[in-house]
Amino acid sequence: MSEVYTAGPATGDEILIDGYELVVGLEVHVELATATKLFSASANRFGDEPNTNIDPVTLGLPGALPVLNRHAVELAMRIGTALNCTIQPGTFHRKNYFYPDMPKAYQISQYDQPLNIDGYLALPGGKRVGVERAHLEEDTGKSTHLGGTGGRIHGSTHSLIDFNRAGVPLVEIVSRPDIRTTEQARQYVTELRGVLLAVGASDAKMEEGSMRCDANVSVHKPGEPYGTRCEIKNVNSIRSLGKAIEYEARRQIDMITNGETVRQETRHWDENDGRTHTLRVKEDADDYRYFLEPDLVPLAPSAEWIQAVRDSMPMLPGARRSRIAEATGVAADSEAAMVVVERGQDDYVLAVAAAGGDASRALIHVKEAFADEGTTPPVPPADLAALTNLETSGAVTATQAKAILAEIVTNGGGDAAAIAKTKGFEAMDTSALEAMVDQVIADNAGAWAKYCAGEDKAMGALVGAAMKASQGKADGKLVTALLQARRA
Amino acid sequence: MSDSTRSSSNSAYSSAAAMPAGDIAAGVRGGTLRATDVLEQHLLRIREHEGEVHAFNLVLADHARANAAQIDADVAAGIDPGPLAGVPIALKDNMCTRGIPTTCSSKILQGWKPPYDATVVTKLAAAGAVLVGKTNLDEFAMGSSTENSAFGPTRNPLDLSRVPGGSSGGSAAAVAAGFATVSLGSDTGGSIRQPAALCGVVGVKPTYGYVSRYGLVAFASSLDQIGPFTGNVRDAALLMDVIGGHDAMDSTSIPEPQPSLLEAIEHGVEGLRVGRITDLPQGADPDVAEQLERAFDALQAAGAEIVDVQVPAFGYGLTAYYLIAPSEASSNLARYDGVRYGLRVDAPDTNTMYSATREAGFGEEVQRRIMLGTYALSAGYYDAYYGKALKVRRLIADDFDKAYTRADVLLTPTAPSVAFEFGSKGDDPLAMYLCDVYTIPTNLAGHPAMSVPFGTGQFGLPVGVQILAGTLGEPRMFRAAAALERAAQAATNNPQESAA
Repeated sequence: MSEVYTAGPATGDEILIDGYELVVGLEVHVELATATKLFSASANRFGDEPNTNIDPVTLGLPGALPVLNRHAVELAMRIGTALNCTIQPGTFHRKNYFYPDMPKAYQISQYDQPLNIDGYLALPGGKRVGVERAHLEEDTGKSTHLGGTGGRIHGSTHSLIDFNRAGVPLVEIVSRPDIRTTEQARQYVTELRGVLLAVGASDAKMEEGSMRCDANVSVHKPGEPYGTRCEIKNVNSIRSLGKAIEYEARRQIDMITNGETVRQETRHWDENDGRTHTLRVKEDADDYRYFLEPDLVPLAPSAEWIQAVRDSMPMLPGARRSRIAEATGVAADSEAAMVVVERGQDDYVLAVAAAGGDASRALIHVKEAFADEGTTPPVPPADLAALTNLETSGAVTATQAKAILAEIVTNGGGDAAAIAKTKGFEAMDTSALEAMVDQVIADNAGAWAKYCAGEDKAMGALVGAAMKASQGKADGKLVTALLQARRA
Repeated sequence: MSDSTRSSSNSAYSSAAAMPAGDIAAGVRGGTLRATDVLEQHLLRIREHEGEVHAFNLVLADHARANAAQIDADVAAGIDPGPLAGVPIALKDNMCTRGIPTTCSSKILQGWKPPYDATVVTKLAAAGAVLVGKTNLDEFAMGSSTENSAFGPTRNPLDLSRVPGGSSGGSAAAVAAGFATVSLGSDTGGSIRQPAALCGVVGVKPTYGYVSRYGLVAFASSLDQIGPFTGNVRDAALLMDVIGGHDAMDSTSIPEPQPSLLEAIEHGVEGLRVGRITDLPQGADPDVAEQLERAFDALQAAGAEIVDVQVPAFGYGLTAYYLIAPSEASSNLARYDGVRYGLRVDAPDTNTMYSATREAGFGEEVQRRIMLGTYALSAGYYDAYYGKALKVRRLIADDFDKAYTRADVLLTPTAPSVAFEFGSKGDDPLAMYLCDVYTIPTNLAGHPAMSVPFGTGQFGLPVGVQILAGTLGEPRMFRAAAALERAAQAATNNPQESAA
């Protein structure tokens, strides 16, 4: 998409690099999780034997005509709704260019009337990145270039084409240039991926190419107009995205500070050398000769359909994190909330709370103990609830709770109190604990002196000694509190 | 050749080679006529005259014989083969036939056999029609004389020194010569109606979306429409009833079912308002203009009311068309790149292979239109050319809509002249483009129109009168056509009366 970059309002989250501000807009292509292709009945399936999911429409055979896949439209509308877009009547255009894996020599895409416009995606920290449009288009075939180096067409002797991917439905999500740091770029793609998975629109696997990301990068001095942008292609992971943007920003800043001018161009990210390289300059860009696709009629989803999509929206990751934050007291963008929502285990955490358990202890156990479990960990919520209550009442320590949970997991459930008893876990009462702390101070006079002199690091040795003396039965937090009280 | 053909289409038929499709189907279904015999009579005419006419790119004699035998066997077994039982039909060679070469009369499609049938082909087979061959055309349907075929021109069976019109010249000639009872053509700017007029047969361009385009090799997708060539109006109605209707494979196909045109032609034209376009572009030869006047008189005599209407933008159709059609063609024909099928001229790298293939594969007129269209769509020129042409297109449709509030159908000449001689316009693309001045606006508006033979002009050659109607106005258009046909037959049978 061509965009006119103008200086936007300061958002307060700029990080300056040598006095320059980074400006990034992302174009993300996602393959939709439909059973069939965008305009034909061939299967939309990754990994099949090459050139098996094909038909006259896919191959662009003479006389074949496209027929729009209703499910693809529905999934595109789900994406638009999740990204707070306005869903509007759309049209399809032909984007004309020659390439061997483009069987019709044009791609059917949406041009001046995309299905979804003017939305935004809220990052976990609350920053909103504008979404200019999210439009439907068809994927191309896949070329494999042989005989050259690095699988690139340059220098290759021949190419193989797999048309299984040709005609696979894509939604291209074009952000506004609202991203200011590489971290925000990574967050945007991560969050977008979560949203796509939540609405069931795509499996969004960057490694399989069902989610692909191009970055428009420019730099400028705050208060000055946006700089000339370069589009970075071939970014195949979220990690590479950050590296590619960082490299490109540095390259542009170096050019400017050396008195050179940044050219508008498309650049290729090379994972091996960690650099971007010129792919084509703007002057060489194709003239796509867009015109209205005469083989299709305008796409005009009814108000009822739009409403039905809206009504069927699941709770999105942002809202789920807020819900967890509210239930547990952690921040919505805390690691625990992010991780548990990403794994889809937030409902389980809430079920533990609903069973009378402590939500914040449950959150921690789920995050740490159930990394490899699915959305429903193999422990009845009531059992985990009972365990968290033992902890909060001080009956068992966090360390003991972990051991109890391990046993509950092994048995697929169990009574935490009973397990605590068989393991001989009983919390020390306060007076016994105080006596033990005093004994530890006496036995570790050197460490105590250092601690009293302000060396907080010495605390570790003291707590460790207490845990050892109590054979792990002491509550570490309580010990710490007692030590602090005695120093004061 | 020419005398016998003309008499066969104008007088009572003496053999199945000139029998109407409706009569053949009735005979075959009723067991009084054998599809095999009907076919052999047509194959005989092909053997005798195809050498001089060259209507076909491919005659499917064996295929047709097997098909006809099957139909006879079905009838014998009590199975009804359908409303076109045993009717020999020819297809313009830009409609896909499974396993049978489909060339568009272009070298670029050399060796290509479609793996699928066009929807019309499927429908014809289901109705019991017998495919006798694929007919010649101007390459990719670009032309008005069938001189632009990579396989040589088709000659007009009525006068072998003259063109049959185009681009569906082979399909028109096949019917006029009695090679097939009926045929299908495609009409993007007049490619059915103009050759129908020049060959003295009926030709119909339906409302855009009336007939599925699935399997029709695209020239200009927003204008292309398949339609029939027949020896009479009733057969055209029969064909339209068979090939029309919604097709889920064509998104631009009209979803609503259409009324039977066979029923429509049972009604006369009493009270039908027939419009005369008072600001129609001049340029029709006097003999053509004279027949048009006689057609107005005939319809009035049959009870129609003649009204004057204006279609001010009519005259801009030609220029708008020659921007829109080439633009779409430049995109539609870009797929012929030598990568997957058809001709490939080998070269050291992909881009050189593309250009070498396309230069060798496309004829001069096709290359001209690809260049025109590519230019008209280019950045910086789009607004002045393609964009403006779209506005003119809208204007033409609006003007027609206004005219159709006052008139039910309009009458114009189909072509400015009777069939012209070979080479007479070949060097001048503009002169050739003017052949379509009366037919093009219909395509731009998406409306139906048809050409009906009405009297003769210079050299005793047939003149076609064009009947136009608004969107889905086929029933009233066919009523007018049937009335004109009756008047023409009455005039032939009783020349004294018609002269009075």
